[in-house]
Amino acid sequence: MIKFEAVSKVYQLGSQQIRALDKVDLEISRGEFIAIMGASGSGKSTMMNIIGMLDTPSTGRYLFEGHDVGRLSDDARAGLRSREFGFVFQQFNLLPRMSAIEQVELPLVYQSVRSRRKLAKEALARVGLGDRMDHKPTQLSGGQQQRVALARALVVNPRVVLADEPTGALDTRTGEEVMQILGDLVRTHGITVILVTHEAEVAAYADRLVRMRDGHIVEDVTKVEAKTA
Amino acid sequence: MSPIDALRVAFRAIAANGLRSILTTLGMVIGVGSVIVLIAVGQGAQKGVQDQIRGLGTDLIFIKPAAASGAQNAGARGAPGSAQTLTKSDSDAIASSGIPGIKSVAPQISVDGAQAIASSNNQGVTIIGTTPEYPDVRSSPVASGVFLTSDDVDKKALTMVLGSEIANTLFPDGQDPVGETVRISFAGGRINLNFKVNGVMAPRGGSGGGVADNYIFVPVNTLQSRISFVRNASGEINVNQINVQTTAEADQKTVSDAITDLLTNRHAVSSPDFTIQTQDDLLGAAGEVSRTLSILLGSIAGISLVVGGIGVMNIMLVSVTERTREIGIRRAVGARGKDIILQFVTEALALCAGGGILGIAIGIGISVGIDGRDIADQTMTTVIQPWSVAVAFAVAAGIGALSGSYPAYRASKLDPITALRNE
Repeated sequence: MIKFEAVSKVYQLGSQQIRALDKVDLEISRGEFIAIMGASGSGKSTMMNIIGMLDTPSTGRYLFEGHDVGRLSDDARAGLRSREFGFVFQQFNLLPRMSAIEQVELPLVYQSVRSRRKLAKEALARVGLGDRMDHKPTQLSGGQQQRVALARALVVNPRVVLADEPTGALDTRTGEEVMQILGDLVRTHGITVILVTHEAEVAAYADRLVRMRDGHIVEDVTKVEAKTA
Repeated sequence: MSPIDALRVAFRAIAANGLRSILTTLGMVIGVGSVIVLIAVGQGAQKGVQDQIRGLGTDLIFIKPAAASGAQNAGARGAPGSAQTLTKSDSDAIASSGIPGIKSVAPQISVDGAQAIASSNNQGVTIIGTTPEYPDVRSSPVASGVFLTSDDVDKKALTMVLGSEIANTLFPDGQDPVGETVRISFAGGRINLNFKVNGVMAPRGGSGGGVADNYIFVPVNTLQSRISFVRNASGEINVNQINVQTTAEADQKTVSDAITDLLTNRHAVSSPDFTIQTQDDLLGAAGEVSRTLSILLGSIAGISLVVGGIGVMNIMLVSVTERTREIGIRRAVGARGKDIILQFVTEALALCAGGGILGIAIGIGISVGIDGRDIADQTMTTVIQPWSVAVAFAVAAGIGALSGSYPAYRASKLDPITALRNE
């Protein structure tokens, strides 16, 4: 489903060139639960941004379901992103002043979906926040906020959920809750979950581990025992 | 994103920044309001001038000597022989010409700088020498007594008719001036004549009426024979204006052309040595002037509208910067560049349209409020023009769309990742 062919990403930082990704090849199939690990600066966030079509490769090809993403127009990419991807960020990235249900409805607003309220309610119920629909972010705990963000990612029925340090701002217990939900997505809904983290305990939830360093993939292992569990 | 969703988002953003939104909108309120008020004032002035011209009478044609200013002041300057090309016989010739469409003709000559004295009261006045047709032609009837008769004119009688205002000045105790005697002193007292008052004119009142209410009317022949400096060397009776009233159906242009031919022939000149103006010409000229005034006033107000628009643009730019993160989040959940543009343009448009509606209400309120009031010794007349309301609103909305587009465009070009990292 996702295929990187010698993808490089070069940032210009002043007079310095930063090679965040260096000719990376990677293939991810449907329904995988994959964790991308690495220290900060290893290129893992850049990789996620490119997978999520928030960013484009400097060189190389990124194929999503056979489409060369680099050749799509800005709007086409935005359309694809909103239909196929759900994002979960470390900082939750909820809009202030909006109630939980409105946050979850937001992606549907941009897809001009009709039965928004119903779908948003279902998504909130799925993350266990059916009784917190009218709460604003300031009235929710960190874990609850992250679950709202998760519901927002799920409401469009995406094929891929991209989670960038989803537990980074959470304590261990609420972090575990969020990871449980992510794991369920893969197993019960066949959604591909791509997790970016630097914590080994968090990465342990995934079935496949890709380790990055200095813009290269240094390790790529699939945990056979996790699949059978 | 549907337009309804865009509106919902816009109103939330506007409400979230209440005070700022109100202050931003204020620029548009003032702009739209002042456009409406100033155009209403300009149009009011136009109406005032037109009323004044219509107040001269109806269906009038005015003929004046070419060197009008010279002739006008001839009496006061004591300069006989200056360009005085019109005579009473010209007036008579027009009256008896049989040109179709002419209803009646009244010549007039005015002499400034005379003094009217009745017992202990005296007043500087303008003396108008004219003929019995004057009240009809100028739609200025007599209130008491009678106007000058053709007998008065033929006999060069020392009779007069007072304007309503001067009648009150000379006879302040409510005493009926008819039958009384008023002494007129010309040329600094060198010529003194006693006139018998035959009648008093009805007040003309209204705009510009005050001047005519201070006139004293005497037979045109009397002025000619009694006052040396009005006299024409050839024995003709000079006049400095011939008023022609046409029938309502007559085409003033045709009549005026016929009169021009007639007088040009009589004067045996190749080109007219007089000017001829129809009331329509005057209305047209006045309309031209006040249209220019309206445009000028409207433009000044338009500038404030543009300044208001710059204010909106400024705030929208600030808003985009402040909401970089929000833009990033929206893009991450699927907003396309055009959705972001729609959001910010809608917001600017809503601000300006809201300001526009408030401005219309306030502009109409002020226009209605000052109508008929005296401001700086001037009675304000305002005429609210529906087109000025429509144009002001359309311009406000246009400025809104325009001043929203650039910030919206900037917002849409924000890199989603950078926008998301923005704290």
